Amino acid sequence: MASAQDLQVQKKREVEKKEETTIPARVFLPNADIYETPNELKVVLEMPGIEKNNVEINIEDDVLHVDGRLDLSKYSGLQPLYTEYNVGHYARSFQLSSKIDQSKIGAEMKDGVLSLTLPKAEEAKPRTIHVK
Amino acid sequence: MVTVYADPFDTLFNLQRALEARIASDWLQNQTAGQGPFPPINVFQQGDELLAIVELPGVDKNDLQIQAQENTIRIAGKRNVDLPEGVSVHRRERVFGEFDRTLSLPVQLDPNGIKAEYRDGILALYLPRSERDKPRTIKIG
Repeated sequence: MASAQDLQVQKKREVEKKEETTIPARVFLPNADIYETPNELKVVLEMPGIEKNNVEINIEDDVLHVDGRLDLSKYSGLQPLYTEYNVGHYARSFQLSSKIDQSKIGAEMKDGVLSLTLPKAEEAKPRTIHVK
Repeated sequence: MVTVYADPFDTLFNLQRALEARIASDWLQNQTAGQGPFPPINVFQQGDELLAIVELPGVDKNDLQIQAQENTIRIAGKRNVDLPEGVSVHRRERVFGEFDRTLSLPVQLDPNGIKAEYRDGILALYLPRSERDKPRTIKIG
């Protein structure tokens, strides 16, 4: 892929949930890159404007949930003149396929990008079987 | 009597509605120039100053270039999304590449007073109006 391509704005996708919230405020889906190495699964999520203290990550029944809460106080007293994007909280869930060692999950937040390192459990690591 | 709930979700909804209402605004119509509409920009007013908030997650500060001149401001840079070698990719949604965008504002700026701050993937540009552009009260003699 060429690195000099022109960037296009990606329209923010909203979270679709089975239940609706009582107030129709929007929650957005963070853009994600997910890749796998032999030992771990990496999940990279873009959540601009979210502080690292306001991120919640949990795994339940092999489903990874990530929640990012926007600090709305930054927007108080500001009057919008011209807008191209909307702001809101972020939330996304992934069904994990390989068994993850939940005790060793690492998370790092930098410049609005959350990087999750999910190490595979021993039994889920690929192994070579030698034919005798 | 109307009870006001201090519900944070309600606050979010009101903010989102305010932003939504401005999407159709022609305040900067035909005034933005550049190679494309990336990155997305919101412009707010804060007293006499303008505040442009740009969503740019995962950009190296050193890769960002901001130039100001009279009433235009240019934001250029590149965004790298590097994957390590030899990984198997499951999802690829983050975009990368170069961008160059110029905003022409309907007010004159004070180029020396412009402040830029990049934090948590958000670029905030404080754009003060130049002194000579500010409205003056004229007393009738």
